[in-house]
Amino acid sequence: MRRWLSYPYLVWMIMFITVPLLLIVFYAFTKQTDGGIVFSLDHFRQILDPLYLKVFLRSFKIAFISMLICLLIGYPVALFLSSKDFSQKSTYLMLIVIPMWMNFLLRTYAWLTLLENNGIFNKLLEFLGFGKVQFLYSEGAVILGTVYNFLPFMILPIYSVMVKIDESVISAAQDLGANSFQVLLKVMIPLSLPGVISGITMVFMPAVSTFVISRLLGGGQFALIGNIIEQQFLLTGNWGFGSALSFVLMVLVIISMFFMNANERNGKESML
Amino acid sequence: MSDYIIQLNNISKVFEDGFVALDNLNLSIKKNEFLTLLGPSGCGKTTTLRIIGGFEMPTEGEIVFQGQKINDLPPHKRKVNTVFQKYALFTHLNVFDNVAFGLKISKTPKNEIKERVREMLNLVNLQGFEKRQVESLSGGQQQRVAIARALVNRPEVLLLDEPLGALDLKMRKDMQIELKKMQEKLGITFIYVTHDQEEALSMSDSIVILNEGIVQQIDTPINIYNEPKNAFVADFIGESNIIDGTMLQDKLVHFCNKDIPCIDTGFAKNEKVDVVIRPEDIDIKNLSDAQWTGKVTSVIFKGVHYDITVESSDGFVWLLQNTDRQYEGDTIGMSVDPDDIHIMKKVIDL
Ligand SMILES: Nc1ncnc2c1ncn2[C@@H]1O[C@H](COP(=O)(O)OP(=O)(O)O)[C@@H](O)[C@H]1O
Ligand SMILES: [Mg+2]
Repeated sequence: MRRWLSYPYLVWMIMFITVPLLLIVFYAFTKQTDGGIVFSLDHFRQILDPLYLKVFLRSFKIAFISMLICLLIGYPVALFLSSKDFSQKSTYLMLIVIPMWMNFLLRTYAWLTLLENNGIFNKLLEFLGFGKVQFLYSEGAVILGTVYNFLPFMILPIYSVMVKIDESVISAAQDLGANSFQVLLKVMIPLSLPGVISGITMVFMPAVSTFVISRLLGGGQFALIGNIIEQQFLLTGNWGFGSALSFVLMVLVIISMFFMNANERNGKESML
Repeated sequence: MSDYIIQLNNISKVFEDGFVALDNLNLSIKKNEFLTLLGPSGCGKTTTLRIIGGFEMPTEGEIVFQGQKINDLPPHKRKVNTVFQKYALFTHLNVFDNVAFGLKISKTPKNEIKERVREMLNLVNLQGFEKRQVESLSGGQQQRVAIARALVNRPEVLLLDEPLGALDLKMRKDMQIELKKMQEKLGITFIYVTHDQEEALSMSDSIVILNEGIVQQIDTPINIYNEPKNAFVADFIGESNIIDGTMLQDKLVHFCNKDIPCIDTGFAKNEKVDVVIRPEDIDIKNLSDAQWTGKVTSVIFKGVHYDITVESSDGFVWLLQNTDRQYEGDTIGMSVDPDDIHIMKKVIDL
């Protein structure tokens, strides 16, 4: 109907999504030679270097572990928040949402000061008579930062699916003999699966490509793929290689998301 | 042990907001009985079922199941099953898995589950629907899945909360007959909730009339219809003319400006009463023989009879049901036999 209303968005999309994507593909698959710009797979060959493969592997590992922790913490929280007897729902929801209003960088810097050698945690440990612990610049610190930053993105989609589950469906399961655990296993979990899937997607995707958390909390030691890409564009000026890395990351993320969704569809049919 | 399978003794339910949903409810249900809870929306029917099913705790009173008090038994341990108002099917499961849910929980052997689910789907006329997703079914089919899902567990008592409410008239009539047949065939006690008086009258062994959380009358359909205990029941069961009257003496009542003979006795002299007259009990007479006369204000054909409204000179609007057609604007005469006049004590409004 009012097609022209969508034109500003279309223009936006073309300028800031389609064109950059095409540029990435262009830079990734070409190289500058004396004879001008030619098609080349050199950049991709470079990625096969064990050094970079290791970074890819680490990025996926850290993102996966963070996502898993978010799920393990977030699912019970969502379950708890969505229960109908719980009256202070909105207060708790606010507490979860408020940190999201704060700048991402600030939140991460805050952890920096907390975990420092002279930070609050170490002060506390000292006070209690334990020795200092090197929290920062470890894999654990990166995972902690990732979980902290992305946990709301796990809780909220699961919560929003759960509150829509009809109370009478749970009653029906109890009526048919299911105890609380069986209700959870056979009704709540399958019915909240779409929320879990989008939660996983919303945590995993930004986690796998983050470079701020790994730089601030991981120091130089725990470079993730996002850091390497940033380096290629901002330091080395190797746009071709940076583009190739971005391209591979994108394809890998798309593939993993595709498997997730396929699993969900199968799950629906073969569940229990 | 008593003859009753379920007894509700002095059950009251006051919700957190102070609302009294049930007020001192007493109810005894025999084995294999088809008992219907009937009343207007909001009168506490669902609350009563939820208390029996274990989803709601009574504020006072006890629930007795086969002679044993079960107030503290959680829903999943009660030997009753429920057909919920909006079916409450498991949308993530297909028809077979919906029906098999209870049997899987009770760890019934696989072969037996298969056999019993098949049997039950035959009974509700859904053979061949095993693999269908429940969301792809029509309202009537979903409804039958819900019935099969409950019945397959062979409960002692089946609770049904307005199970036919969402169906169209034709389907509702068919399902009423099917449900009644099933109940007789399986010999299960049915506690059935409806706000449809016709449905209640045609299916039940006994009917409980509820209003505002208070039992008005418990009786067989015939007695409820012929001998309503008060004006509320009379009004709710079928249409009735309810007229303010004064009892002059035994067997003589004054209403609509006339002293009319009736058969009721035992009222105080000049006691204010409700006079209840069924529309089909009002005879159309010659103007000279009639007890009242009035002007016909509307005539609606209802298939077999006509619904006729007549306004008499004192301003009361009568509802008559008659197979003879009358004409709007005509003046007609009306009479009622003494034994068709029901005198009822006024319900005292607090
Ligand atoms: N959880 C609740 N809190 C407060 N009032 C309730 C609650 N559940 C039901 N009620 C009220 O109790 C009354 C009876 O409800 P219900 O048993 O569902 O009526 P119905 O006869 O229509 O099934 C209604 O007025 C309803 O608003
Ligand atoms: Mg109800």
